[in-house]
Amino acid sequence: MSAPLTLRRRLMLGAAGLTAVATLTAGCTSNTPAPDPNQTTTAAGGGGSEGNPNSEPGDTVVIGFSAPAADHGWMGAITSAAEARAATYQDVDLRVVEGTNDVNLQISQIETFINDGVDAIVLLPFDGAALTQVALRAMEAGIVVVNVDREFSDPNAARVTVLGDNYGMGVSAGRYICGELGDNPDAIVAEIAGIDSLPLTQDRSLGFNDGLATCGLDVDNRVAADFTIQGGEAAAANLLQAAPQIDAIWNHDDDQGVGVLAAIEAAGRDEFFMVGGAGSVNVMEAIQAGDTVLQATVIYPSTQAADGIDLARLAVQQRSLNDFAEVEVPRLVQLYAPVVTADNVEQYLPTAFQS
Amino acid sequence: MSTTTAPAAPPEQAPARRRFALPGSLVRNLGLVIALVALCIVGYVTAGDRFLSTDNFVTILRFAAVIGVVSIGMTFVITAGGIDLSVGSVLGLASIWASTLATQTMAGQVHWSIIVLTACLVGAGCGLVNGVLIAYGKVVAFIATLAMMVGARGLAEMISDKRTQIVTENDFLDFFRGSPLGVPMLVWIFALVAALGWVLLNRTTFGRRTIAVGGNPEAARLAGIRVREHTVALYVLCGLCAGLAGAMMLARTTAGSSTHGTLYELDAIAAVVVGGTLLMGGRGTIVGSVLGVLIFSALSNIFTLNNLSISAQSVTKGAIIVVAVLLQQRFASRSLSSP
Repeated sequence: MSAPLTLRRRLMLGAAGLTAVATLTAGCTSNTPAPDPNQTTTAAGGGGSEGNPNSEPGDTVVIGFSAPAADHGWMGAITSAAEARAATYQDVDLRVVEGTNDVNLQISQIETFINDGVDAIVLLPFDGAALTQVALRAMEAGIVVVNVDREFSDPNAARVTVLGDNYGMGVSAGRYICGELGDNPDAIVAEIAGIDSLPLTQDRSLGFNDGLATCGLDVDNRVAADFTIQGGEAAAANLLQAAPQIDAIWNHDDDQGVGVLAAIEAAGRDEFFMVGGAGSVNVMEAIQAGDTVLQATVIYPSTQAADGIDLARLAVQQRSLNDFAEVEVPRLVQLYAPVVTADNVEQYLPTAFQS
Repeated sequence: MSTTTAPAAPPEQAPARRRFALPGSLVRNLGLVIALVALCIVGYVTAGDRFLSTDNFVTILRFAAVIGVVSIGMTFVITAGGIDLSVGSVLGLASIWASTLATQTMAGQVHWSIIVLTACLVGAGCGLVNGVLIAYGKVVAFIATLAMMVGARGLAEMISDKRTQIVTENDFLDFFRGSPLGVPMLVWIFALVAALGWVLLNRTTFGRRTIAVGGNPEAARLAGIRVREHTVALYVLCGLCAGLAGAMMLARTTAGSSTHGTLYELDAIAAVVVGGTLLMGGRGTIVGSVLGVLIFSALSNIFTLNNLSISAQSVTKGAIIVVAVLLQQRFASRSLSSP
């Protein structure tokens, strides 16, 4: 949460143009993780916000970081954003272990952190339930555990939990489409979901239905893909075959959205507009350019683990969030799912991820 | 039996192996021990006391235990000239089947070992299907187990609906969480399976037949070995190990998941081959496989301790596999050329 906050301050201080240009260049020329230019700007501005007592270096905090394998853009950005965030603090010593989808290996990584006696562990578990036991052991050993994105099965296993808002993504997308189509009760709305059996997909779809319901719309055509480019292409091609006339599409995930756009272009369709999900750099650039059907995207922040680093540091140093009256770092932080359109895209581009 | 083996297809291989088996395997195992010691020295130099602490060794062993049990089963199949690509998926399926509500309820009413038994039975059942397809259906092992690899994973996803199944049977968890004599239960199980495997391969008729089938199945058949029954038994054994590993994974993670054991077949094959078992069959070593597993676990631990980059570890693993196989080929050609 504090990443976008400090960023916004930065923008107000006039770094907006610089940041956007830097990100654009990075986006066009290389695979440099998106948050890097943002972090450089922050560092150049003096390592955190001026007048923020929390940006003063404190005792050195050793933070162990573990996340699943970077097999899609969002997950890759999770680790690079966390590394970039830690690099802005002189008092954070970050240890990043190999990203893995093998829970056996991830457990042994956490055991190594416990043996090492790190101060905090920021953990995005491949499977929340499977990592709960080892996280409990870490907590018992006096280590501050920050649980990111996928929740443990026992709330005692984490000091802080940072979550995105899947339901909120759906609501945001639904309300945005309502705003665009609300005067047409017969509008055809289509949905391209991610992996259908995952609770997160079910949450997103539930939110989408609730969001659309505020203006009496509902989902007319729904297909599910699998968060991959080829899956998105196949699902979208089928959808376009099935529905000859569409007014709006919500695609749950911008990684699979690359394939969805390819299918739309191959079919030569442009009678509708599309809303994305998660918030990748290329989708935001397409929104900015306005030359595709992409009109908006809803964010599922890839800076969650970076926020985890911030919160772990504050919790270990026994500081508080200084805009809060509360003395301690909160137990649960749930991030907001804002809608990005051409009007506000510059604000969100610096924290977007490369898919 | 050896007289029948000698005149068949690769004639010089069988006697050469017989004559050099003991010293050859000793040299190879010594090489692996040296590699492991060298790795430990690297660990000590780069990570110091953090590497040498007891807790750290326990961490390495606990990580090695699950893949280790899979690798023991794999050693038998590869020694007999086969391959089993399905072990990772079977592990996942076993962890799911053993953690369904029905299994857990039954375990709660009868005994926690029902969970372990279920996992082992599921593994053995998958192995039976593999073995029958290969031995009687004449399907190439690579293809038959590839089909099982895809199918078992799919079945696990269907049963679990791709959800994580949490184990609530505390007696089961408590048993596996224990550490008799300061050594974690999972490590005890690995040691026990390895010891049983060593006896089975080196001290029983079953083991000698396995080696004979791997060296030359036709010659083994002529020598009176029931090759097809033996092949089925080997795949059942390998599946059984994968199932047991599924139960161990269940205990370690306290949850069953259809994603458990993804790519473990490759980890197991790598450990077995690095250990000195010939991929074309006819020679197998349990000690080598155990050392192979330990080398990869220690490597992974050292990389974690040193905070090294995400991809360097995979490159190093690849290099170790290539070097180990190149060295093995030199050993093999030497023992062939010097009668």
